[in-house]
Amino acid sequence: MSIQENIQKNNALDVDSWLGQQTNKSLLRFLTCGSVDDGKSTLIGRLLYDSQLILDDQLAALQKESHNRTTGDEGIDFSLLVDGLTAEREQGITIDVAYRFFTTNKRKFIVADTPGHEQYTRNMATGASNADVAIVLIDARKGLLTQTRRHSFILSLIGVKHVVAVVNKIDLVGYDKDVFDKIEAEYREFAGQLGFKSLVTIPISALRGDNIVNKSKEMDWYRGPQLVPYLEEIDVTEDKTEKPFRFPVQWVNRASLDFRGFSGTVAGGSVKPGDDVLVAASRKPAKVERIVTMDGDLDEAIAGQAVTLVLDREIDISRGDVLSAPGAVPEYSNQFQAKLVWMNEDRAMSGRSYLIKVGTQLVPATITNIKYKTNVNSLEQSATKCLDLNEVGTVTIATDKPIAFDPYAENGTTGGFILIDRLSNATLAAGTVEFGLRRAQNLTYQDFDVNRKTRSEMKGQTPKIVWFTGLSGSGKSTVANLLEKRIAAEGKHTYILDGDNVRHGLNKDLGFTDEDRVENIRRIAEVAKLMADAGLIVLVSFISPFKNERKLAREVAGDIEFIEAYVNTPIEVCAERDPKGLYARAKKGEIKNFTGIDSPFEAPENPDITLNTSDHDPADLANELYDLMFEGHQYRAL
Amino acid sequence: MSATQKSISHLQALEAESIEIFREVASSFERPVMMYSIGKDSSVLLHLARKAFFPSKIPFPLLHVDTTWKFKEMITFRDRMADEHGFDLLVHTNQEGKAENINPFDHGSSRYTDIMKTVALRQALNAGQYDAAIGGARRDEEKSRAKERIFSHRNAQHAWDPKNQRPELWRVFNTRLAPGESMRVFPLSNWTELDIWTYIYSEGIEIPPLYLAKKRPVVERSGTLIMVDDDRLPLNDGEVPREEMVRFRTLGCYPLTGAIKSDAATLPEIILEMNASTTSEREGRLIDSDQAGSMEKKKQEGYF
Repeated sequence: MSIQENIQKNNALDVDSWLGQQTNKSLLRFLTCGSVDDGKSTLIGRLLYDSQLILDDQLAALQKESHNRTTGDEGIDFSLLVDGLTAEREQGITIDVAYRFFTTNKRKFIVADTPGHEQYTRNMATGASNADVAIVLIDARKGLLTQTRRHSFILSLIGVKHVVAVVNKIDLVGYDKDVFDKIEAEYREFAGQLGFKSLVTIPISALRGDNIVNKSKEMDWYRGPQLVPYLEEIDVTEDKTEKPFRFPVQWVNRASLDFRGFSGTVAGGSVKPGDDVLVAASRKPAKVERIVTMDGDLDEAIAGQAVTLVLDREIDISRGDVLSAPGAVPEYSNQFQAKLVWMNEDRAMSGRSYLIKVGTQLVPATITNIKYKTNVNSLEQSATKCLDLNEVGTVTIATDKPIAFDPYAENGTTGGFILIDRLSNATLAAGTVEFGLRRAQNLTYQDFDVNRKTRSEMKGQTPKIVWFTGLSGSGKSTVANLLEKRIAAEGKHTYILDGDNVRHGLNKDLGFTDEDRVENIRRIAEVAKLMADAGLIVLVSFISPFKNERKLAREVAGDIEFIEAYVNTPIEVCAERDPKGLYARAKKGEIKNFTGIDSPFEAPENPDITLNTSDHDPADLANELYDLMFEGHQYRAL
Repeated sequence: MSATQKSISHLQALEAESIEIFREVASSFERPVMMYSIGKDSSVLLHLARKAFFPSKIPFPLLHVDTTWKFKEMITFRDRMADEHGFDLLVHTNQEGKAENINPFDHGSSRYTDIMKTVALRQALNAGQYDAAIGGARRDEEKSRAKERIFSHRNAQHAWDPKNQRPELWRVFNTRLAPGESMRVFPLSNWTELDIWTYIYSEGIEIPPLYLAKKRPVVERSGTLIMVDDDRLPLNDGEVPREEMVRFRTLGCYPLTGAIKSDAATLPEIILEMNASTTSEREGRLIDSDQAGSMEKKKQEGYF
């Protein structure tokens, strides 16, 4: 048919009503997940093909590429349609989530095709986080696999409420009802623990098209719905407008001297001019005066709309603030319990400092306790001190300053968050708030009249922290000792915090695993800060092998002068000195997790000073450091 | 959906999502820039940016990488838009490439695109020290685009690492960067071509007239209709431009952009024609088919 004929045919329809129909179609976002080779990409290819979305030029390219591959009656390997990266096509696997679009007469669809390999679980979670419905594929020949269970569990955690379990490749088991029934029963038993709102199971063959659009001729025994009609009809509306009003401020709009508005997206409920709102953090009230958009002021804004609110009075509001309904404000606290899906090779550790982003709020945060992790196969909980890549756990989190949040079950926008690595900026975890820990609300900092300044003046000195880092035997304590002697000789008040000594007392409950080292340093950083706050000059002599914790120590110090001194003595020299005989024992395997042998030392990239005791006299180094501390040398800013 | 429930339509939802992305960029980066390539997607992008910051002006400049081979009508349109909407327009051309007269005929489309588009873009981004560049790419355009995040991280060389993208959860975007790194941001990621056209129609957004059918001088080369936009297009022996009713589905450099025969001279006609179409949008673009996986490769080198 020529384009001309097409237009004539289509013009029979009134263009406006046709367009109206297009714009008013509802949008369904779903994902496909399940184990490797269960046929996710093939299923999406089939959906695109059956909804006639594969265009002539694509089809020609596809048929050419499908040569030597498993194909259906159409001579096409459908998976080629979706695997978009060269590496994926070469290896025949899906690495990252791909988004596809198709439309039927009833609905518009955005499909996230997610990878099945365990190592790419974070990409599956990415696809799930914006989906209304999940299609979990199960290979009829293999039944439920670990990945089937893992993905289902992550779906429940990320908050996908509706699941369609499709038993694929049913043609390869001779369209056997018993096989389907057995898998269905097993899946329902597992999924029953995950709290989905709806669950159906459908036997299909993506390759052959059984039960995709039309009822399969091969399975008379199956009475349930076909996949596409089911997706067209499923009701996923969650009435977010019925929830309490939430408006995370994204951007302050200062168009002119007379205009100050707060731009953001309504994350729950609705708002009208004249409504009272409350700033979650400051609890300051105001009335909404206008709802501004480029299309004119609105009478009402509902969940999902991006608008700019103008209030009736001047109150201090900035990005990160949450405007809310006065009768139902979000929690405002610095501690809460949450579930985490860990997404990075660097394991989660309690005590380590991360950044948390909840809505438009970004603040430093620490995992204070990893309560347990959940086995994805059995859903059993077990105690743990850390979370590895792809593990799911329940933790408590403390933020550096209070934030506004809701339980994730009540509001996905104010209850979902990510954790970010402070050095690499990698997204480490997806988290969902379970509940706030109220005791934190009563914890405030006490302000006393006698403060650091008073105490420092009494001692006639400026408090400082010198943080020595370096391998065991590098000479940290030797230099620190010489330095302290010189400072003390001038009548100044000092204290050395030494790794070995502190481990006999305050930190005697800690061992030498990575987790314990993190906690070890966190405690010392806090103690050093308290001592400096008392007016002392504190010398900290700890191996402190990890960048992250040294950064944390510097941050804990806040506005106290902090000098990072890297005692960079080559490991051969340290091992030869071996003052405590530890290297010899570590090499024999008698000591585990020994820094430099079987536990890493991350050298500082920008120390304030670097000292090498192998070719310098320790006394000279102590003097050099003294000059840096007291002779007006420039310190690296925080 | 029951009558008592309130919700927003599919296009309103896409619009709100894009506006949220724009505002996140303005709030999270120090020196954002928006790529403006004058086509229909850029026209929608511009419209959404104006909506996101209204009544303020767009708080960052718009950058056009001019290869010097764009359709004349595009340049006229660009300058008029900057004038009407009062945005800050920056135009960058690779001056070394221009001095060497790099063109699609003598140097081939692949080398020409690399020098006049990819290298030019890198030059402009480096010169402006932009930490975020907003582009109008959509996931339905091409397979490697379908895999890209909305906030897509680039290393200091502007390269994309498709095998190691940051997870992107909900709409909580990780906008953190190390010095020298940058972000490419795609507010139209979840729009389809049909969404773009329907939105242009319902919002009354102005687009360059090249999208509408009109008699234009063309020559046919290996099955593709090329418009003779100026006298720089070298004609082969015996090749005579002829007048045809044509329009363009995408706009780029005129020697590399194929026209389609069409009588669709109004927006509704275009939408109906497109809906009946059986070929994909980028077919008219000659650069994508140079080699398999070519878009992914270009993106790794810094192309948008």
